[in-house]
Amino acid sequence: MTTLLAAADRGSAEAAGPAVRPILMKGNEAIAEAAIQAGCDAYFGYPITPQAELLEWMARRMPECGRVFVQAESELGAINMALGAAATGARVLVSSSSPGISLMAEAMSYMAGSELPVVLVNVMRGGPGLGSIGPSQSDYFQATKGHGHGDYRVPVLAPSSIAEAVGLVADAFEIAERYRTPTMILADGVMGQAMEPVVPSYRMPERLPDGWQLSGANGRPPRVLQSLHLLPEELEAHDRHLQAKYRTIAEREVRWAGEQLDDAEIAIVAYGTAARVARTAIQRARAGGLALGLFRPITLWPFPSDALAAVAPRLRALLVVELSAGQLVEDVRLAVGDRVPVLFHGRMGGMVPTPGEVLDAARRAWAMTEGPAVSR
Amino acid sequence: MTTIAPVGPDAGSRRLIYGHPEMLTDRSSHYCPGCGHGIIHRLVAELLDELELGPRTIGVASVGCSVFAYDYLPVDFVESPHGRAPAVATGVRRSRPDAFVFTYQGDGDLAAIGTAEIIHAAARGERISVIFVNNGIYGMTGGQMAPTTLLGQRTTSSPTGRDAAVAGYPLPITEMLALVPGVSYAARGSIADPGLIGRTKAMIRRAFEVQLAGGGLSIVEVLSTCPVGWGLTPVESMEHLAHDVVETYPLGVLVDRLLEPPRDRAEG
Repeated sequence: MTTLLAAADRGSAEAAGPAVRPILMKGNEAIAEAAIQAGCDAYFGYPITPQAELLEWMARRMPECGRVFVQAESELGAINMALGAAATGARVLVSSSSPGISLMAEAMSYMAGSELPVVLVNVMRGGPGLGSIGPSQSDYFQATKGHGHGDYRVPVLAPSSIAEAVGLVADAFEIAERYRTPTMILADGVMGQAMEPVVPSYRMPERLPDGWQLSGANGRPPRVLQSLHLLPEELEAHDRHLQAKYRTIAEREVRWAGEQLDDAEIAIVAYGTAARVARTAIQRARAGGLALGLFRPITLWPFPSDALAAVAPRLRALLVVELSAGQLVEDVRLAVGDRVPVLFHGRMGGMVPTPGEVLDAARRAWAMTEGPAVSR
Repeated sequence: MTTIAPVGPDAGSRRLIYGHPEMLTDRSSHYCPGCGHGIIHRLVAELLDELELGPRTIGVASVGCSVFAYDYLPVDFVESPHGRAPAVATGVRRSRPDAFVFTYQGDGDLAAIGTAEIIHAAARGERISVIFVNNGIYGMTGGQMAPTTLLGQRTTSSPTGRDAAVAGYPLPITEMLALVPGVSYAARGSIADPGLIGRTKAMIRRAFEVQLAGGGLSIVEVLSTCPVGWGLTPVESMEHLAHDVVETYPLGVLVDRLLEPPRDRAEG
């Protein structure tokens, strides 16, 4: 712990000098420290498994750094504190897990409407309801199709390693502030609980100039941050403004990664922990002569539809692997249409598919699509 | 307090006693005739002037008729989801230690959907001031029963009168809050007549001063009217407020912990 903190305290790989070595960090703690190093001014949270270590890390580190930490009375309290802090221009992080995110849905809608930048981490667990505390990806719909009410979108970043999560935290703050939008990091219980080597190379996004934040009017005209627009004409104009912003995000912020796609005949589409399992399955498949590749969305919204559609025609099938009953698979089908068969393998309730299961599913996909290619 | 100077041939010998507060915009309000929000907005505006707080004030608007407070009080404002204003104000306060922070909430907002947020802001002793306007009804949505509705009172959702056996009792939430060590000041005033309005102004002044002195949460419950929701004329509403509402909600200062040694607040 001491070594870890000492390394983290140095702030960046450059500051730490050439001696910097990977340190073993738990996902929740790595995300928390990355946020601190990205200049997070305020953190608000409420205990829930499997993200409690994130709150605990912040409870110790934020006061050490002279920043704001409040353990709220509920997830409702936490997200609304975040709303208030964001209104003053603070760089704000909130974290929770699935049931808590449901409670935060209300304020997510308000923040989208009021254009307030907050980064929200969801370390997903099994559902519905109280569900389980095992890893899950069953909040994909919630994350990508909107949490609360109204016409709005939230950029969603999905790390598939702890090192990647560290980098995506800085990206998330940047996106949140550049577009004045709540932004989500969608991890799962494995990403939160696992320990992996992390090179502490942190990044602090630049702060944008003052322009809308509340500080007390003090000579300038007063500012009001609101989502209420009672006149339908006025609200539609505001909604058009939001939609234009979402189109810009969709054009500029798509992120995805491809692995061994060049010669692949079947691509597995997976994110987060499912992509890790898929990678192992792909190695085994290739050792057995099946040319599999990986298409890994990093932004779940905006979804890398164009990139996937461009890859798809070269393939005999897509196999979507998820820790859910099949949610990402809907976006995959929307992206590729009839151009290639889309198959699915998922586990639910906190269960994680094994590489063997994924390999079996890939073999079935191979068998089904053998012979004259009808849809290639 | 004022922007209007006495004019006329003997202006120098006249003393100005009333004017338009700088911290009140010059626009006609959307509030119904006889509604108390106009009076209470004015009290807040006068105090922002007198204590010279306008330049560093951040207000938190809540959901209800008074969400439009930002149209009348020309200070920085953020709009809160229904009931969450004390949590929003917590975020503002913690991020802006030098700001003057207040919420303006109705009884449906504060005493029903927002009960957890106000109690825990109080428990944390948040350095914020809360203007809590209690008219015993949900005004904006058409006059439904609130937790604060009087026993026997007819509303659109208690058409035969509030029955304790079905809908429980009026919630004395300011008394409850006064028990909490994190609350430095709690009082209940009324706008039923000019004398009471003056006393209420003194309470709000004290609540603001408590925040400026570094105290914990300060709250003033202001008993107010909703003639449309109550089915009364503005004059009848004031009479009802003066004679009936105060029987359930007695007026006065409930606690002022900055005046007395903090017996029940952890010292050191």
